[in-house]
Amino acid sequence: MTATRLKPGISSIAARFGIGVAFVFEVAAFALLSPYFFTPDNLLNVSLQASITAIIAAGMTFVILTGGIDLSVGSVVALAGILATSVIRTGVPFALALPLALLVSILFGAFSGAFAGLFITRFSITPFIVTLALMTIWRGSAFVYTEGRPIWELPESFSTLGSGRILALPIPTIVMIIVYVISHLTLTRTRFGRYVYAVGGNIEAARLAGIRTNRVLVEVYVLAGLLSALSGVLLASRMNSGQPNAGISYELDVIAAVVVGGTSLAGGKGTIIGTFIGAMLIAVLRNGLNLLNVSSYVQQVVVGAVILLAVMMDRLRKSSS
Amino acid sequence: MQGIVKQYPGVLALDKVRFSLNAGEVHCLVGENGAGKSTLMKILAGAIARDAGVISVEGAAVEIDSPAAAQRIGIGIIYQDFKLVPAMSVAENILLGNEPTTNFFPFIDRRAMHQTAGALLRQLGEEIDTSALISDLSVAQRQIVEIAKALSRKVRILAMDEPTAPLTDHEIATLFSVIRRLKADGVGIIYISHRLEEIFDIGDRVTVLRDGKTITTCPVGELDRRALIKWMVGRDLENEYPRIVARPGEEILRLEEVEGKKLKRVSLSLRSGEILGLAGLVGAGRSELARIIFGADPRTGGRILLGGKDLHITSPHEAINAGIALLTEDRNRYGLIMQMSVRENISLSSLRSLLKGPFIDRSREESVARRFADELRIRPPDINAAVETLSGGNRQKVVLARWLNTKAQVLIFDEPTAGIDVGVKYEIYTLINRLAENGIGVLVISSDLPELLGICHRIAVMCEGALTGIVSGGDVTQEQIMTLATSRQEQ
Repeated sequence: MTATRLKPGISSIAARFGIGVAFVFEVAAFALLSPYFFTPDNLLNVSLQASITAIIAAGMTFVILTGGIDLSVGSVVALAGILATSVIRTGVPFALALPLALLVSILFGAFSGAFAGLFITRFSITPFIVTLALMTIWRGSAFVYTEGRPIWELPESFSTLGSGRILALPIPTIVMIIVYVISHLTLTRTRFGRYVYAVGGNIEAARLAGIRTNRVLVEVYVLAGLLSALSGVLLASRMNSGQPNAGISYELDVIAAVVVGGTSLAGGKGTIIGTFIGAMLIAVLRNGLNLLNVSSYVQQVVVGAVILLAVMMDRLRKSSS
Repeated sequence: MQGIVKQYPGVLALDKVRFSLNAGEVHCLVGENGAGKSTLMKILAGAIARDAGVISVEGAAVEIDSPAAAQRIGIGIIYQDFKLVPAMSVAENILLGNEPTTNFFPFIDRRAMHQTAGALLRQLGEEIDTSALISDLSVAQRQIVEIAKALSRKVRILAMDEPTAPLTDHEIATLFSVIRRLKADGVGIIYISHRLEEIFDIGDRVTVLRDGKTITTCPVGELDRRALIKWMVGRDLENEYPRIVARPGEEILRLEEVEGKKLKRVSLSLRSGEILGLAGLVGAGRSELARIIFGADPRTGGRILLGGKDLHITSPHEAINAGIALLTEDRNRYGLIMQMSVRENISLSSLRSLLKGPFIDRSREESVARRFADELRIRPPDINAAVETLSGGNRQKVVLARWLNTKAQVLIFDEPTAGIDVGVKYEIYTLINRLAENGIGVLVISSDLPELLGICHRIAVMCEGALTGIVSGGDVTQEQIMTLATSRQEQ
């Protein structure tokens, strides 16, 4: 008698598959239109360009799966980069300064996430408001701390992290791949991953099933903050400077990648692989349009249209199955 | 309605169903979950399209291809979850989409609106303030508003899906008098309910559906309860309740003057292997008591002892670790993660025991789920099906399986058989019995008194947050329990 008989396994594969097909078409189209597009150099370049937002998008996927949102990621990127570059500039020997810089930044990212998580769970303020506030607080702090000026004059070796390569692969690309492998395993195979889906699916039922839902919520924001800070350090290294206006509007690029990847903003449904393809789809689009000499103004319009199209196709397929 | 057919992928939901309704008649539609009642109603409401068959109203064939078309013909449906806007007033809801306007400007004529709404409510014999917000009304009042809303659209056919499920006995009596009034006005009423006694109370004719087929249509007077169940289930049920075989042992759970939201010093003792019923009217504090024992709501006073030791729990997480489990009322909202599979819902509270290193051991998880699916006869037997595709009874079994896998010593059932059909009810009773046999202390909250009398060793009765009595033995009557359930504690 029940109207729908679709299996969740099949529908989630379809969700992944649908966006995957769009991605393959996109790559094929650009390969035809631009001879330079499908070269190893350019593809590695795309992965490098995508890596910063893609790493954040992995964390954002966890947050959105619980039904939340984190708008503070771009500001965390900026402040984490500034903290890292400040540590580097203290004059401590570089071999010690680099791990210290990473540690300080990532601790800050985790702190920011814990702060957001505690406000959301203890005072029942919606994630949108809490992270919106944090977004301006961290952005403002970045400007206050640097007095609006970038942190320059860093040792050349600091830029290795963001610009160096290991076996021809850009280091941020490698970091991104590691982050995605771990995130995927965490989400699909660990208890924590299962709890994230349960909290996003029905938080009260999850609590009554014995899941410490508040703890799960705090943890996903910590994860998002931590990964944003990691991205922030990579970005600072690539620019070899700490910029107070780094990462502005990253939250929108990141959310776009997650949503294009098929994750529901209502929570409970989505995959890490989907987010990865979503992030790549947008990065390839930007890169391809650049190669075709499309102006950056027009690019914005096209990217927006593609986001709408991708999500619309996803909806149509889900409602027809 | 004649020869109605509805085919879903893999299931024939309706197989040449016929159903007729006379003006001024209450025609009951009964059948187990999955028999096709809701599908038939959805077709009548224009919510889904039929594959074959004819629907005629007053002798003329009609095409109902949308909810708007159903409304034009004068068909009104009152669903279990009401379609009212909580933040709007009673009058605004009743005339939603039909607002009267003032003569010169397209403004809403508020006075006319309240007058019309008030007149409709009075026609139903009910006094409800037309400017009150829906969110401030009781469930029973909301239902009356739904009926008034249907009346404002001049319904000739009114279908009600399980209208009494959320109501107290007194409210049911009110609803029935409203139904009788509508009947006298010539409205034809289709009445769907799992509570068989209501059918004998209010029905004129009854149609039984089973597996998408019309089994029979006959006047209610020609049937008795037993015959009706036989038609529904397709076989003779020897007894509605299994024989109690469990023997109560040592005391396992003890409440001493427990206080909390709505609760007044409740003291109670539960033994292992005992099935203790908890009776009372809606709002008596039974679910609140269950939630406090389970750590879902805070306890403000008194002691709870589990196995003789003081229990200090502040969350369901701790309760489960201590060995207490709660099958909540409204399993869809509080029990299940709908988009998750049967397997994931079963393992949700016992993942810790299924770990291999940092990962969930998928093959062990599957074997646990499969074992329970077999043991509890979960249908379909596909452990990777989403629970949202399961019927009510099977969903209940999934929740039960989850708790069984936690090795709980105390299991609390809150309305375990609400909305579940007769055949599966018997299975659930048998399971409760078997749990008790295995030494688990079982607390059953139910508004179905015959059910409590049929399956419990003892029955505790609550009224307005206080315990008013505990009865046991075979000679207890429903009247005795009702007296306790309505006896106010003198403070």
